[in-house]
Amino acid sequence: MLRDITIGQYYPADSVIHKLDPRVKLFGTLIYVISLFCIKGVVGFVVATFFMAGMIALSKVPFKFMVKGLKPIMILMLITALFNLFLTPGDVLVSFWVLEITKEGVQNAVLMTIRLIYLILGTSVMTLTTTPNQLTDGLEKSLRPLNKIKVPVHAIAMMMSIALRFIPILIEETDKIMKAQMARGADFENGNMLKRIKNMIPLLVPLFVSAFRRADDLAMAMEARCYSGGAGRTKMKPLTYVKRDYIAYAVIIVYLLLSLLCGRI
Amino acid sequence: MSIIVDKVNYVYSAGTAYEIKALDDINLKIEDGEFIGIIGHTGSGKSTLIQHLNGLIKATSGSIYFHGQDIYDKKFDLRELRNRVGLVFQYPEHQLFETTIFDDVCFGPMNQGLDKNEAGLRAFEALRQVGIPEDLFYQSPFDLSGGQKRRVAIAGVLAMKPEVLILDEPTAGLDPGGRDEILDLITRMHRERGMTVILVSHSMEDVAKYVNRIIVMNQGRVMFDDVPKEVFKHYKELEAVGLAAPQVTYLMHELRDRGLNVDTDITTIAEARAAIMKAVLGGKH
Repeated sequence: MLRDITIGQYYPADSVIHKLDPRVKLFGTLIYVISLFCIKGVVGFVVATFFMAGMIALSKVPFKFMVKGLKPIMILMLITALFNLFLTPGDVLVSFWVLEITKEGVQNAVLMTIRLIYLILGTSVMTLTTTPNQLTDGLEKSLRPLNKIKVPVHAIAMMMSIALRFIPILIEETDKIMKAQMARGADFENGNMLKRIKNMIPLLVPLFVSAFRRADDLAMAMEARCYSGGAGRTKMKPLTYVKRDYIAYAVIIVYLLLSLLCGRI
Repeated sequence: MSIIVDKVNYVYSAGTAYEIKALDDINLKIEDGEFIGIIGHTGSGKSTLIQHLNGLIKATSGSIYFHGQDIYDKKFDLRELRNRVGLVFQYPEHQLFETTIFDDVCFGPMNQGLDKNEAGLRAFEALRQVGIPEDLFYQSPFDLSGGQKRRVAIAGVLAMKPEVLILDEPTAGLDPGGRDEILDLITRMHRERGMTVILVSHSMEDVAKYVNRIIVMNQGRVMFDDVPKEVFKHYKELEAVGLAAPQVTYLMHELRDRGLNVDTDITTIAEARAAIMKAVLGGKH
């Protein structure tokens, strides 16, 4: 049952985008997201569409996986569109009871919806082609300058990768404890809200105990291997830029310039 | 006629790239009062199989009958089945959650709909059976030793008075003393209460010493299903799938090869002792 949930939606494939340095992908996604909110005209969106379509094609990830990411934010998109539609002041097109639809409202609603869709599609290109570990590696290395102002970059990155690593373990553990309590007659499906919350206690207590035990064990194991934080620590696979990464940066910068130039049209 | 498993197949994550066939055409008949050992390598499907027996996992295809009733029938009450087929998971001490040991053992009987007094009586009896001293009853289960915790968790299932008791690797991670205590307890349950017991294990010694029927699982299939003596005759095949016969069986083969005329169908130390004495003393008796 719980086994079917997947978090971190990496889609393994052999493509240029997969092989890119995670820092390039992080930077590219950032630029893309910023550009989406600067673009105000049709030509700008055409440029963004071409850029995104190109990336999706290069990534070799089936398009339906990208669309999957849109489903959970459907409601959010609908609400945003409705708010923009009804609450933007301007030239009234249609008036209905206390609600008014203005020309600017229609424009804003369409613009916001397109932006949100593009935002999700664009960022899912990154999450689908980069493993969570690569992402934290990339983040750690890109944020390293912040060390100078006493931000514990390494510790943050390590916490992120441990947290990600533990998600599937805890899901499995939940599944196991749930079954064990069901074998003792526990009921997680019936009853009213209050009763259901009460019925979760036999699941949550052992789950927390086990999470703390695992955390303890992990800390002990790390210390036994002389882990002492980021200082002087080297990597088995250090991130280094190769030719394709520089090309990718060039493409991103060209895109940035184009979207700035055409953004207003 | 207790449990019949008929042509059961089970596939994990069907229809995705991670599809695994965990059970492949399993047919079994488990009679009342049997003491069965299920052995198999990691990933052979033994844990998946036992979770089918109390309806925690639903077979992808095939059917299971409990006392002649189809457990996948819409009218069949799965909670009632779980009351009658008790399942002790691997590392059962991880499921303890109450503030006192006594309350934790009451959890099962209370879920069966018994009132506080009756559940308390059941808990009292079960805790005594597993040998937890009374002065520990109102302590937190998290303060106990590993072996004690496990016995409390087993008591939690015993208090439900199941007809069939299934235990998944009940001795994993215990020291030899703790292991013997648990196995003796299980044997006592079987002998005194006439409970049907199914013991999942990868320790040949445990299985050979206690059970009267062994089911060997390999890659989701039943490889052998017979009395221990017969199963361990195939010790070469067992080795090929990462299992082994009990160490005494090897010893007897070795002795035989070295010229001592002993019986090689031996699976326990007591039998081995008798056979060696007979061969050594031979005609002198």
